[in-house]
Amino acid sequence: MYALMDEIRESTVDMRTVFCNVLLSLARENKDICLLDADLMGAMGTKPFLKEFPERTFDCGIQEANMFGVAAGLSVTGKIPFAHTFAVFASRRALDQIYLSCAYAGQNVKIIGSDCGIHAALNGGTHMAIDDMGIFRAVPEMTVIEPTDNAMLEALLPQVAAVYGCFYLRLVRRTTPDVYMPGSEFTIGKANILKEGEAATIIANGYCVSQALLAEKRLKAEGISVGVIDCFTLKPLDERAIIQAAQKTGNIITVENHNTKNGLGSAVAEVLCEHSPARLSRLGFIDRFGEVGKRDELAGAMGINADAIYSAVKKSLE
Amino acid sequence: MLKNNEKIQLDLFAAAIRCETLKSIAAIGIGHIGGSLSIAELLAVLYQRVMDIDPHDPKKEDRDYFVCSKGHAGPAVYSTLALRGYFPLQELSTLNQLGTSLPSHCDMRKTVGIDMTTGSLGQGASAACGIALGNRLKWLDNYTFALFGDGELQEGQIWESMMFSAHHHLNHLICFVDKNNLQIDGTTDEICSLGDLKAKFQAFGIFVQEIDGHDTREIYLAILTAKQKNCPSVIILNTIKGRGVSIFENKPSNHNAEVSKEILELGLNEQAEIIKELECAANVCANG
Ligand SMILES: Cc1ncc(C[n+]2csc(CCOP(=O)(O)OP(=O)(O)O)c2C)c(N)n1
Repeated sequence: MYALMDEIRESTVDMRTVFCNVLLSLARENKDICLLDADLMGAMGTKPFLKEFPERTFDCGIQEANMFGVAAGLSVTGKIPFAHTFAVFASRRALDQIYLSCAYAGQNVKIIGSDCGIHAALNGGTHMAIDDMGIFRAVPEMTVIEPTDNAMLEALLPQVAAVYGCFYLRLVRRTTPDVYMPGSEFTIGKANILKEGEAATIIANGYCVSQALLAEKRLKAEGISVGVIDCFTLKPLDERAIIQAAQKTGNIITVENHNTKNGLGSAVAEVLCEHSPARLSRLGFIDRFGEVGKRDELAGAMGINADAIYSAVKKSLE
Repeated sequence: MLKNNEKIQLDLFAAAIRCETLKSIAAIGIGHIGGSLSIAELLAVLYQRVMDIDPHDPKKEDRDYFVCSKGHAGPAVYSTLALRGYFPLQELSTLNQLGTSLPSHCDMRKTVGIDMTTGSLGQGASAACGIALGNRLKWLDNYTFALFGDGELQEGQIWESMMFSAHHHLNHLICFVDKNNLQIDGTTDEICSLGDLKAKFQAFGIFVQEIDGHDTREIYLAILTAKQKNCPSVIILNTIKGRGVSIFENKPSNHNAEVSKEILELGLNEQAEIIKELECAANVCANG
């Protein structure tokens, strides 16, 4: 069971801190858990893991292709490797290794991609992964997850470690808005129906869930009731939740911190077309590259913040 | 050191690998024959003599591992596995047929005895590092063997993995280079020359030996020598692509070639000659 925070506020804790702490506690219980990185341990805040488990930590240096291959080999011997790099490099530079040595080979590799989309902020367009979810969604047998906030990451990480198979986890390094109460529980593959509504349903993931909830509040104050679904598992997709929303409101708005091509918007469109056609508006990066800026400025510029969602819902009702 | 009759047994095994490989590729008519024929002696030494493996317990935890990074040499590996009893020899004729457990490129999910999936060149090198590392973490003292093509060395990932293996002192990792000097589009020298390979690997912190890759005695000795070192090893095998079948030997067109009934017969006859000579020599050994 999960519960929403009474009010959405920026977290006071970096997501990377939660990642490292939870992984540490898992590693204390399970000697097979290993951590790999490609010279971004400092950036990802995982030095405490290195300190406690030096023999199970492999900072491979700046060689992402080799790192995911080594992770696959470790998995062959029964280890559970978590391999981190920025999402851009995991999805683009090492895709062939992740596809073949990890996924096709049936291994148990946990791919951690950080600094997704607007969270890359001042690193700019070169470092802004807005295609990673779409890329990994296309890899058979890969589970693709974007934890919405710290509470969700804390709840999901043990499941990711416990379930055999390749997972892609799209993480934030710094802070992100807290949406869920600490101690909330989540089921991989099951979307969270956060609000029920009549006029439209907003389907969001990642940072955009907080924005959807903020937009919903404003719309509600104006007497417009909209539903909000947190679709944190992109694959396997909770098709039932999407179909039910389409049947209920017939008006779907997707919003993602990602290119609308191949991401959540595409995935939802596929379900709607096949099962339950409905009006669909997709918010996200519209076939454009990322750019440099502060996170919330970028959210505005890309049209994925609460204001943009509010406007999109209004427009859909015209 | 191998005794003469021990060497002869390995050479006979290599000849059997070549025969089975020819037959399995001939069953579908076309396949990666050149780079399969060049590694028969290596496979014979590894699977018949060196590797701690059990065909009846293919996943034995402390076994030695073999990663065929040049995954297109699958047909030769499958022949070796079948000859060692991992699965019936008859299965070899299903090579590349729809639904087979023996696909063109090595696939650990499909074939009993295959330790790693390969086919995208360069990747097996990193996987082999990971396997060696994982086994060391488990306090096992088994060995991981990996085979690269020489063309494959043009992949950057190979060099990433070599840097990694030396840094982590993976002394139970022994890699081979099938230096047959050919890739698909020509010789490695024509396409993108490898330069002084020995010096390159050495500069990465690897212990390097260069030997005749068709001499089972040299291969065996080189592996024993590599096992004495406390760093990763590379053994450069000077080989002939298409070795053992005259119409294929050293022909740039032999990478993925037709093996017709006539070619099969020719190849089997040539191998039969070799086998006859080896058996004669074996008799001489046996009778003093
Ligand atoms: C990454 C990648 N690029 C290209 C290929 C296609 N390919 C298969 S075999 C081969 C040539 C390999 O040459 P070499 O490594 O020398 O092997 P050998 O000649 O011994 O068969 C190529 C280019 C591939 N399998 N993987």
